[in-house]
Amino acid sequence: MATSMQGGTSGAQVAGPQVGRSLPRLEAREKVSGRAEYTHTMRLPRMLHGKIFRSTVAHGRIKAIDTGAAAALPGVYRVVTSEDVRKLIPEPYYGPAFHDQPILAVDKVHYVGEPVAVVLAADPHVAEEAAQLVVAEYEELPAVFDELGAADNAILVHAELKPAGTFADLKHLKGRKGTNIALDFKLRRGDVDKAFAEAAHVFEHTFRTQKCLHVALEPYASIADWSESGVTIYSGAQGPSFVRTEIARLLGWPENRVRIKVPYLGGGFGGKLYIKLEALATALSMIARRPVKIALTMEEQFYTITKHPSTFRIKTGVDSGGRITARKCEVYWNGGAYADIGPRVTQKSGFTASGPYDIENVWIDSYALYTNLPPAGALRGFGIPQLVWAYESHTDMIARAIKLDPVEFRRRNVLREGRPHATGQIVENAKHEAALDRVAERLNWGKPFDRGSGTLRRGRGVAMAIKAVISPTTSVANINIAADGSTTLYCGTIDMGQGSDTAMAQITGEVLNIAAESVRIVPRDTDVTPYDMGTLGSRSLFHMGHAVRLAAEEARDKIKAMARDVGEPEGSNIPLPELFRKKYGMQAGNIIGTGIYKPDYVPPDPATGLTPNVTPFWMCAAAGAEVEVDTETGQVRILRLINVVDCGRPVNPRIVETQISGASLMQLGFTMFEKMHIDAGQVTNASLADYKIPGILDVPAVMENEAVEARQSNGPFGAKGVGETATFCVSPAIANAIEDACGVRLTELPLNAEAVFRALRAQAGRPLRDAS
Amino acid sequence: MTRTISFTLNGERVAAEIEPHHNLVEVLQREFNLMGARESCGQGMCGCCTVLVNGTAVSGCLYLAAFIDGAAVTTVEAIAGPQSNSLSPVQEAFIEAGAFQCGYCTPGFVLMATQLLDADPDPDDEAIRHYLSGNLCRCGAYPQIVAAIKLAARKRRAQPVA
Repeated sequence: MATSMQGGTSGAQVAGPQVGRSLPRLEAREKVSGRAEYTHTMRLPRMLHGKIFRSTVAHGRIKAIDTGAAAALPGVYRVVTSEDVRKLIPEPYYGPAFHDQPILAVDKVHYVGEPVAVVLAADPHVAEEAAQLVVAEYEELPAVFDELGAADNAILVHAELKPAGTFADLKHLKGRKGTNIALDFKLRRGDVDKAFAEAAHVFEHTFRTQKCLHVALEPYASIADWSESGVTIYSGAQGPSFVRTEIARLLGWPENRVRIKVPYLGGGFGGKLYIKLEALATALSMIARRPVKIALTMEEQFYTITKHPSTFRIKTGVDSGGRITARKCEVYWNGGAYADIGPRVTQKSGFTASGPYDIENVWIDSYALYTNLPPAGALRGFGIPQLVWAYESHTDMIARAIKLDPVEFRRRNVLREGRPHATGQIVENAKHEAALDRVAERLNWGKPFDRGSGTLRRGRGVAMAIKAVISPTTSVANINIAADGSTTLYCGTIDMGQGSDTAMAQITGEVLNIAAESVRIVPRDTDVTPYDMGTLGSRSLFHMGHAVRLAAEEARDKIKAMARDVGEPEGSNIPLPELFRKKYGMQAGNIIGTGIYKPDYVPPDPATGLTPNVTPFWMCAAAGAEVEVDTETGQVRILRLINVVDCGRPVNPRIVETQISGASLMQLGFTMFEKMHIDAGQVTNASLADYKIPGILDVPAVMENEAVEARQSNGPFGAKGVGETATFCVSPAIANAIEDACGVRLTELPLNAEAVFRALRAQAGRPLRDAS
Repeated sequence: MTRTISFTLNGERVAAEIEPHHNLVEVLQREFNLMGARESCGQGMCGCCTVLVNGTAVSGCLYLAAFIDGAAVTTVEAIAGPQSNSLSPVQEAFIEAGAFQCGYCTPGFVLMATQLLDADPDPDDEAIRHYLSGNLCRCGAYPQIVAAIKLAARKRRAQPVA
């Protein structure tokens, strides 16, 4: 059984422990040599390119679409509208939570940028030119853009709600009319009104977040190749199993006629989840009976899926001893024109809106709202960064008001292991307090600190957070050991840069006692890789990690059984090739191990939102920031950014560190400058020239990243996910540091120089007029 | 309105049929199956499409293919030398320092880092940050990229490239 494979050759050496090794990514060589394949650069023989003609109004009835001039352009194969699509797919609506999004706009458009028609041509330049010749006429309808405005239902985005039926807690919304609310999640614990009445202090604040974009550097791309016998789709998709299910449903086919192949992803960050261009590419390939590729430009990404803007009203009661006795949270999520996964964000993040605190009385209302903006979905944190921004800013404001040290106030109220979370689940394996302690130590909290001088003022701030993983979800993995002893892993987790292939190979190697480098991971292909719910929400290392572990354990057990079969003594370390030869008389046969993992879960009570088991693990984080504010200009320089996470036991410590620093730098962009500017529903900065993302000069002078000593007791080899964790705390830690530096409190992201300067002027009694 | 251009691509004399509006990236991809330079922002803001033309980095998505007639073009696929299956010291250092995640922007960073080290064999952090300010990495691997370039500088000094 102690058989090891190095570089595919057989031998009986022992590989030693694989979990905990900082080996480089398995696909590193392909990536540095430019040979890694991405959908955006793929081509198929006879392929047509589709270019999308998009809506120019935010809400309107389509009166006419004139495709004549476009179709007449030499080289154009065909111009397609929803009329053509509906001849083949009568109900062309898709989506993970609601079947609300049409493949191409049907009768109405619901946001600026919505796909209305597609030009097909063999030459992408011809398709692009022709797309500009399509003309649509609309009867404009009143539109609603703001989440609070949408909540009063005066302007309706959709006439009727169409939940997909996938999620039990959305079924009650089926057929509901007269509302923009795509989900209203509630949590009720104790009696908040009574507690507020008895509290020594009550604080109430409102926080907002802006609309941001994933900006994966590989823009969205899908290629579909349809025939009567089946369809093959190449797509940069984070969840190929879901894409397969959804395409099969749209076509009325069994899943085995739908094949999704996923090359490397040039970034995903939640944007490439569920279904994006796959249905459109499939419909176009059915119409053209040729392979069709849709590859978006950077600009078009701004019209595809975005981060939820949010408004969070938070109210907290505190007793005379500085103990939080009650918290009421009202969160409004601006989901845009189509639900995508917004209702899941609303619930799965919503229930943690009261934060990592031990509070007797909690009231949470979390609303998913339709508006006439580009749709919003998951973006590295599934709503948690929006919530933490609010509750950790609020927490600091309370500490200042009651003259308690912000770290001490947090410690006094922190949710400790063995205590119930707001949902009722008893918290275990959650080291957010330890993370906060490490941040405080690194900041020398409580010791004197250089506060700057003159117009350059320095300050520091902290924040702390937890996130539950989306549950319950399922992962399946297969391991195939060939007769030469080499090992192949089939798993549907998508490595979009987070290093999951390397981690899964390490888990495989740990169980089978082989070097992780020798494990081959089959490129994702739903014809061969088994089901996985999706690469999202930092779930993969835990869920797929368990599935891979179980598959490897089954393979290991079968090796032992085979050895017994051929008469090997117990504990024999016969090399695998020899074992196979003994069993089959030649180099022949396979050993196949399968692992399936789905954690336990108890659905929340619909009336109270309470459940004893809402998540199999908690992601925990703390951050600290030191900033310097130029009070003459409002410029904020981040001198130091400290990110500490609890990810259980790091499977690959170096990759964990890059995940921590990368996540925190991404959140730094959302915190300091990223913002989609929107005028009457039109995004006015839809390019990287106008929408700035962090570059190398935006990296703080000092960045410190740490994973606290931890072991997730129910995780694979003590591990849990970490892809999102370092995003949670960055925004409030910086806002708290800004107040510490110059006394102004910002309640809306981003924290750019204009916002700081306006706040400084308002504080000085000389407010600036709003720009008209 | 097609015309034929001829140029040196990764050390080899080649020709291609192009139209006036074709850019360098699409010609490399379509005619030569070289996918290492790739379009992302389409505006020269991100560096994913970086290609060396006569030894100087250009944004291949903005660079008209017509302009490479007679030029020498080097792509990431040949940065370790034409016909070479090994990696350059910069590429090795990127792997050792873990200086990428998704890898989409990596060829651009590798080419720019190579050009930097050709000009300045021992750059400090500030010089590296300044030189790479036109390349974007959404995975945020910048701290590791700086470390990789310093490592590559040490490797190149220890073992000069032929």
